[in-house]
Amino acid sequence: MIDSKSSFFSRLALALRASWRMLVDGDFASGVQQLERGECPASAVVEPPKAAALRDTLPESALQLLTLLQQEGRFVDFLEENVTAYSDADIGGAARVVHEGCRKVIREYLHIEPVREEAEGVRLTLPAGFDATAVRLTGNVVGQPPFTGTLMHRGWRVRQITLPKLAEGHDVRVLAPAEVEL
Amino acid sequence: MSAVRYAVGIDLGTTHCVMAAVDLTASDRDAVVERIEAIPQLTAPGAVEERLMLPSFLYLPHPDELRAEDRVLPWDESPPFVIGELARTMGGRTPIRLVASAKSWLCHPGVDRRAAILPVEAPEEVARVSPLQASMRYLEHLQAAWDQQHPDAPLTEQDVVLTVPASFDPVARELTAEAAAAVGLNQLVLLEEPQAALYHWILASGGEWRKQVRVGDIILVIDLGGGTADFSLIAVTERDGSLELVRVAVGDHILLGGDNMDLALAHAVRAKLAEQGIQLDPWQLQGLTHGCRNAKELLLSDASVECVPVVVPSRGSRLIGGTLRTELTREEVTRNLVEGFFPRVDAAARPAGRARAALTKLGLPYAQDAAMSRHLAAFLGRQVGATRDLEGFAGRLPDSATFLHPTAVLFNGGVFKAQSLLERTLDVLNDWLAAENAPPARLLAGMDLDLAVARGAAYYGYVRRGGGVRIRGGTAKAYYVGVESAVPAVPGMEPPIEVLCIAPFGMEEGTQAQLPPQEVGLVIGEPVRFRFFGSSVRRVDQVGTVLEQWTPEEVEELEEIEATLPAEDRQPGEVVPVRLHAAVTEVGTLRLEAVPRVGTETWKVEFDVRGEE
Repeated sequence: MIDSKSSFFSRLALALRASWRMLVDGDFASGVQQLERGECPASAVVEPPKAAALRDTLPESALQLLTLLQQEGRFVDFLEENVTAYSDADIGGAARVVHEGCRKVIREYLHIEPVREEAEGVRLTLPAGFDATAVRLTGNVVGQPPFTGTLMHRGWRVRQITLPKLAEGHDVRVLAPAEVEL
Repeated sequence: MSAVRYAVGIDLGTTHCVMAAVDLTASDRDAVVERIEAIPQLTAPGAVEERLMLPSFLYLPHPDELRAEDRVLPWDESPPFVIGELARTMGGRTPIRLVASAKSWLCHPGVDRRAAILPVEAPEEVARVSPLQASMRYLEHLQAAWDQQHPDAPLTEQDVVLTVPASFDPVARELTAEAAAAVGLNQLVLLEEPQAALYHWILASGGEWRKQVRVGDIILVIDLGGGTADFSLIAVTERDGSLELVRVAVGDHILLGGDNMDLALAHAVRAKLAEQGIQLDPWQLQGLTHGCRNAKELLLSDASVECVPVVVPSRGSRLIGGTLRTELTREEVTRNLVEGFFPRVDAAARPAGRARAALTKLGLPYAQDAAMSRHLAAFLGRQVGATRDLEGFAGRLPDSATFLHPTAVLFNGGVFKAQSLLERTLDVLNDWLAAENAPPARLLAGMDLDLAVARGAAYYGYVRRGGGVRIRGGTAKAYYVGVESAVPAVPGMEPPIEVLCIAPFGMEEGTQAQLPPQEVGLVIGEPVRFRFFGSSVRRVDQVGTVLEQWTPEEVEELEEIEATLPAEDRQPGEVVPVRLHAAVTEVGTLRLEAVPRVGTETWKVEFDVRGEE
């Protein structure tokens, strides 16, 4: 984009570069022609995409974790059921299976630790430059750090993740195979 | 030998295998650099994980059951079988294709250990494996896991210590060594598991063990694994001013372990459910066993918990509607486990004998009496004289003692994660000691119940190279062959038999027994079988000693041995007088040879592994 306050000399340099490029670059020449007719060339309107700030995550490890939760803790079975049809005692019995199994998975594959070691409810001070991803400020968020506030939730962070290695060509979309007893 | 960088300990257990290593180049005296080796294994179809334990299960899948790519291992192989965690899981659903407890089959005198007999319940079309092959498969898996992690130090070039139950007979030891040799582990020694546990205790003490025991101590090692119970007695003596350890006795092979206990609990809970009209299928029983194991550990380690809920998940996808909920109470655990397996009995109690006629169905000879305390009482009672001739022990045990008095106890095996089972065992033992006015035995601390054997075995590999104290002891039995006595035979009666000692008690590795003066006749070109006997109590018999009478308590019959002399330049049918010569190999197996009166040839005498007809 050319600044509207460009100097005469920079406009002269542009004119020389443009006329040379019109001779060697057909697309460029037709673009200038459209400009001259008062039309906007397509590329001038559509901004080129910025460096990707959002990315797609790969579903593979998510499905793998879901498989493990189903395998050990019947997680998908539990979520797929209509809990309104059962008494709390029945749900409680099933919840033990889910809790025990899923906890085993979490303990085995993810090393989870609290973000803050302090007990919940204590007052703490956050220095300038604290990690805003790991600590979220809420409430009366004004002023400059250091911030002093009450720890409402300790937060959780995964220190290490070790998922099983998967065979090449293994279909991770099958969370639990159908079982047929012969 | 310069290529040896590690001493590797392998615990080839009935239910789990563990592998540990000591870095020989980085270790110095009590500063030992050791670690447990992670073992990659299939944990689900197509998923490989590293675990510290490899469940000793072999699953033989149907060709359509598991795709080759879902069986792939990190060392780029898709063997037609599955080992480890996935094998156990799949076997739970399809038991007819699961090989379990191969180690117990390896020492089962009733079957041919080289014949493809496992799984016993498998239908015709399943290609069965022999107990020996199953052991080889586990070793191959461990070897591949090692080689993948140590590409510059292959396992075949390292010092390998393979553990066996102290109660393993010469045949089972020989077969274990054979399995290891078949996969190329030639720098091998065998080590008894209770000794390995004690080596681990020494290792874990970091040099402090000398302060925790004193001369005159008798350490009782109680190793209660998933499938077997194993007892050993180790005495602390002194030589040239420093402490020395001597293994003085080992117990019988008892097929009784933690798995029996979990199953016993599951059956108790199943009976409770049956009273409510709920029947469980085998799949649910398995889930129940699993639930009971966790509940048991909680109840037995936390005295404040009175009952723990146990749930059996449904098999179908309807989890909430189909899940059975029950509970396991402290009273039930106490009644079934503590009183069932560790009852308070007096020191004169003995386990109920097993009727031999009961061996009609092909199966493992599980202990008939589940009471561990009675088995322990029998062991200590039989070994009352174990230290009588040991230097420095004369007069320590009063003449009135009815059993050997241990002064310290080391526990090993996953069963003792339940603290109250450990305490009960110690209590029972101390009651016996108090009844004979002996001081209570103390508990040796610093256990690592699941991994100690492999770690202790690796440490032993290091110790063998001069890095620390060694447990002496040698063979825990004296061995005899049966010879027909010179008494005239009575028609209709079996000719009386005498036993001739060919290997004395306590032969160390790499030593040879003397040649007995007596000769036996071998027929050229024909297999000749001898009855073979062992005694774990006759410590004084020397080579050539002949016993005319003995009690079954004292001398027990083992499997037969067999010698075949090739015809070569002799006449078939000719009788050649030979003497039977025993040696203990460097590996730790017993080797028997027939030595003729003339000539330099010798012939190997084989143990009969084909079992009873």
